[in-house]
Amino acid sequence: MGNQVGDVATTKPDSTAETTIAADDWQPSIVAFLCNWCSYAGADLAGVSRLQYGPNVRIIRVPCSARVDPQFILKALQNGADGVLVSGCHPGDCHYIHGNLVARRKFAVIKKFLEHIGIESERVQFSWVSASEGSRFAALMNSVIDGVKRVGPSRKLVKEL
Amino acid sequence: MEDRVEQTSQAIRNEARRLFEADEIDVFIGFESGSLPLSSRPAFLTAEEIAQDPSKIDTLVWDSFCTSNLATYLLRYYANEPNRRKKREKPYPRVGIAVKGCDCRSVYTLAKERQVQRDSLRLVGVPCAGMVDVRKIQEQCADEIVACEEVDDSISITLRNGESTKIDREKALRRSCLECRFPKPENTDSIIDTPARKPGDGGRATLEAFEQKSSDEKWQYFSDELTKCIRCNACRQACPTCWCKECFAEHTDLKWIGVGSDLTDAMVFQITRIYHQAGRCVECDACYSACPMGVDLRTYTNRIAQDVHELFDYLPDFNPETSPPLATFSEADSNDFITDPEQAHE
Ligand code: SF4
Ligand code: SF4
Repeated sequence: MGNQVGDVATTKPDSTAETTIAADDWQPSIVAFLCNWCSYAGADLAGVSRLQYGPNVRIIRVPCSARVDPQFILKALQNGADGVLVSGCHPGDCHYIHGNLVARRKFAVIKKFLEHIGIESERVQFSWVSASEGSRFAALMNSVIDGVKRVGPSRKLVKEL
Repeated sequence: MEDRVEQTSQAIRNEARRLFEADEIDVFIGFESGSLPLSSRPAFLTAEEIAQDPSKIDTLVWDSFCTSNLATYLLRYYANEPNRRKKREKPYPRVGIAVKGCDCRSVYTLAKERQVQRDSLRLVGVPCAGMVDVRKIQEQCADEIVACEEVDDSISITLRNGESTKIDREKALRRSCLECRFPKPENTDSIIDTPARKPGDGGRATLEAFEQKSSDEKWQYFSDELTKCIRCNACRQACPTCWCKECFAEHTDLKWIGVGSDLTDAMVFQITRIYHQAGRCVECDACYSACPMGVDLRTYTNRIAQDVHELFDYLPDFNPETSPPLATFSEADSNDFITDPEQAHE
């Protein structure tokens, strides 16, 4: 990881230049809400195992995926995130027994609803990664980054300051 | 043969009178004529008032303009005031309320959420013939509407310029009423004998047509609608299931919604408001009818109700036993929307 992270906001093209910039030049910024017990530890393992994945992610550690209120996702999009990922323990493995099952219902509803208002489905994604799945985490990050790159910089719901 | 409006109004008056005389209720909530044409407003009759002047009951009406969801007004009777005396000293008031299909489902939703006490309510079910969308009528009129009269299936309108027209009621109904699955209230304490309209498809056809749009087209539609929003919060106030004492929209310590006129703030407000109704919204269109700007909220409330139905096989209905889907969970819930990197890379 490293040097590009701080630059992401400034590398965003302005709206008129969109088509002239090759997909490779633009780096999306992605906010990832990871649960403390599984996915965050999975990200940690990916790091200590020196697995490579795109440097576009800002990780926010939360106690449980159920802590993620869909408003967090909306706020991230409004503040300019190109993509949002929420990841918790696999169903059945939650540190709080069934936090992720409660979360799964909320996420299922908000994901469909955001698609209905016109937010591309690649922008907001949910996944399960356990503490031992460093390689799954790296693969997940790459797949999310690819997905967000495919739909390009976020313009919808972004608050212009 | 008397016409439907007069017949229904009279039946509701009789039922209210019976409840007051039998000392079964302290308050009756129904509708009375509004001060403007094409509007009926909630009426609150108290037992003392009726004891003094029994003719007050005759102010109750039931026409095609009863667009509010009366369940909204129940909450105030159950407010948990900090200084409320013990229940046995001051029991909850016994409330009689006239309910359409949607109002009735809201009452049951509120009872499940313990915001009202079902035992202290007397539900007077009114099979619904549908309520009109006043905007649909106004669109057809070239001048200000100064009077209207509803007889059976037509509404006669008089304009300021002296002209008068007749409007087919069915053509002026709200979309939610045309598509309503539950026009007939169930599990009520009494029911008025008047025909209900035929149940609709719940908006399936309209939603399917909307689904054909691309993401960008959907976004364009959402933007165009929300651009009209003036952030008056009428939609929230009109909604029976928006009962939080402190709304996220008013939080200032964690400021979810900016105070300015930014479009994205109006959008985040509306997305969150409707998302909070998932599994609770009865698609009564009270929010749409209350909106002064005519924002198409129906397209979104309908979608979320439909999504909850598809995902969790739940519609807020007349059954007091089922639990609201977002208050519970199941191990068998679908994982379909979860990103699985292993599958994505195959
Ligand atoms: S969100 Fe609108 S349609 Fe749904 S219950 Fe509330 S007022 Fe009725
Ligand atoms: S009632 Fe209409 S204008 Fe008022 S806040 Fe709701 S959507 Fe906006």
